[in-house]
Amino acid sequence: MEIKADGKEGSLILLKQGAEARVFESTFVGRKSIVKERFSKKYRHPSLDSKLTLRRLNAEARCMTKARRLGVCTPVLYAVDPVLHTLIFEYVEGPSVKDVFLEFGSNGVVEERMDHIAVQIGDAIGKLHDGGLIHGDLTTSNMLIRDNTNQLVLIDFGLSFTSTLPEDKAVDLYVLERALLSMHSSCGNVMDRILAAYRKSSKQWSSTLNKLAQVRQRGRKRTMIG
Amino acid sequence: MKKMIALGFEGSANKIGVGVVTLDGSILSNPRHTYVTPPGQGFLPRETAQHHLQHILPLIKSALKTAQITPNDIDCLCYTKGPGMGAPLQVATVVVRVLSQLWKKPIVAVNHCVAHIEMGRVVTGADDPVVLYVSGGNTQVIAYSEGRYRIFGETIDIAVGNCLDRFARVLTLSNDPNPGYNIEQLAKKGEKFIDLPYVVKGMDVSFSGILSYLEATAEEKLKNNECTPADLCYSLQETVFPMLVEITERAMAHCDKKDVLIVGGVGCNERLQEMMRIMCSERGGRLFATDDRYCIDNGAMIAYTGLLAYANGMSTLLEESTFTQRFRTDEVLAIWREKIESSNGLMEKSV
Repeated sequence: MEIKADGKEGSLILLKQGAEARVFESTFVGRKSIVKERFSKKYRHPSLDSKLTLRRLNAEARCMTKARRLGVCTPVLYAVDPVLHTLIFEYVEGPSVKDVFLEFGSNGVVEERMDHIAVQIGDAIGKLHDGGLIHGDLTTSNMLIRDNTNQLVLIDFGLSFTSTLPEDKAVDLYVLERALLSMHSSCGNVMDRILAAYRKSSKQWSSTLNKLAQVRQRGRKRTMIG
Repeated sequence: MKKMIALGFEGSANKIGVGVVTLDGSILSNPRHTYVTPPGQGFLPRETAQHHLQHILPLIKSALKTAQITPNDIDCLCYTKGPGMGAPLQVATVVVRVLSQLWKKPIVAVNHCVAHIEMGRVVTGADDPVVLYVSGGNTQVIAYSEGRYRIFGETIDIAVGNCLDRFARVLTLSNDPNPGYNIEQLAKKGEKFIDLPYVVKGMDVSFSGILSYLEATAEEKLKNNECTPADLCYSLQETVFPMLVEITERAMAHCDKKDVLIVGGVGCNERLQEMMRIMCSERGGRLFATDDRYCIDNGAMIAYTGLLAYANGMSTLLEESTFTQRFRTDEVLAIWREKIESSNGLMEKSV
């Protein structure tokens, strides 16, 4: 599917329609790039929709660059367009962690590679959290493994925000834990390895992990009346 | 061959229902009675249980009569094991234990959330959808994966229905037939959109902050004529429903599924269905929804789900026929779906 965009160089090739953005492949000043366009949601009230779209576009751009400053690998941000609700950033070559884990699920786990990925995930989240940044949507589809270097790249900071509260950090980890459980239960206990790496990487690990235990409890209590 | 028939009992919240169902999903009877409290009040466990006690036996008689069957025709007795309020759950459990010994019939314990899903699937014909289960006690986004219904997103505090019910109490709206319905009707007259907190955390949502905000400011806003009760209902619906649609859409993107099924009491809300339909059509998927006969708690959904389990060799011993307030959706092994999936797999291989 090819769409010619007016006033933009190169063509846009739709890669994926996510939950709230369309992701295109394009070129930016001769470089292969990703164009991420947040589209409006027709089911939302217009004023709520434009507020949310703009808020999330700005937050995403800010958080993506902040994460890089904290030493976590993210795609390089090239440009922000608040009128068309688009971000343009680096194209990262490589599979998502989701695809890698799903393959582990069907073809057996390669322990060494699994370990390498889990350690990088824990380390990256630790750095983000110590810098006061919460990713907000830590799922395995939002993590890429760069070809050749096997380096972990975090993407989609659309729900990210800044906070230093242990609660927010714990919920961030809990979202990941649940995503792993629901999607990759056949891969063994990846979360334990991630948390081990997190402890090494984050200085404030103890308050966060204590809070995580509480958040888990709350999760279990959540089911109530039908 | 004679069709398998199940009698199902539901009493986890303020409805008591008895249903008679056959294995193909046809409902022979499904009477229920709702405990309605005065405006401004919620239902308490003890009074709700007393209500259930009063109505359960007449309901069984009427269910058998409408279905034109006798106890001899029944294959198994199904009841809600949980989740729900303790005292109301106990009523159906005790009745089923007694009937099982009186009629010499096996018991099948059923998870309430799974029952909602299976009922929705058989009524709408949705095969493998992402399920949004929204009611007074639960708010979950669920999808089937590897033998179980997995929870992808849920509320981290109160359920969306609880938020609506309690807001109805702030406005002292009637609880008849249910507070959510009255909010929906009033919201149709609302015009002004008032900014409310919008809380989505990844695939999870939170409603307690919205409720606190409304409880703290609604009275003041109404007194100063800043808005009408209708505006508040409208704004509340226009804020909480997009949150639900958003997390559902996230789950769809995450597990690559096209269709959505809405179940649970809040699922009757036509505005929620409309929003979800718009989202689905944008993604090239379909929306499956049911009306209040099946959305709201009923005995038939318990009977049908229990019968699915029973037909696949599962039943509950008398000693184990307990009830519990906490019973996660993903604790249940959906053995009937496994069988279907694996038999499909075999067929594909043989072709």
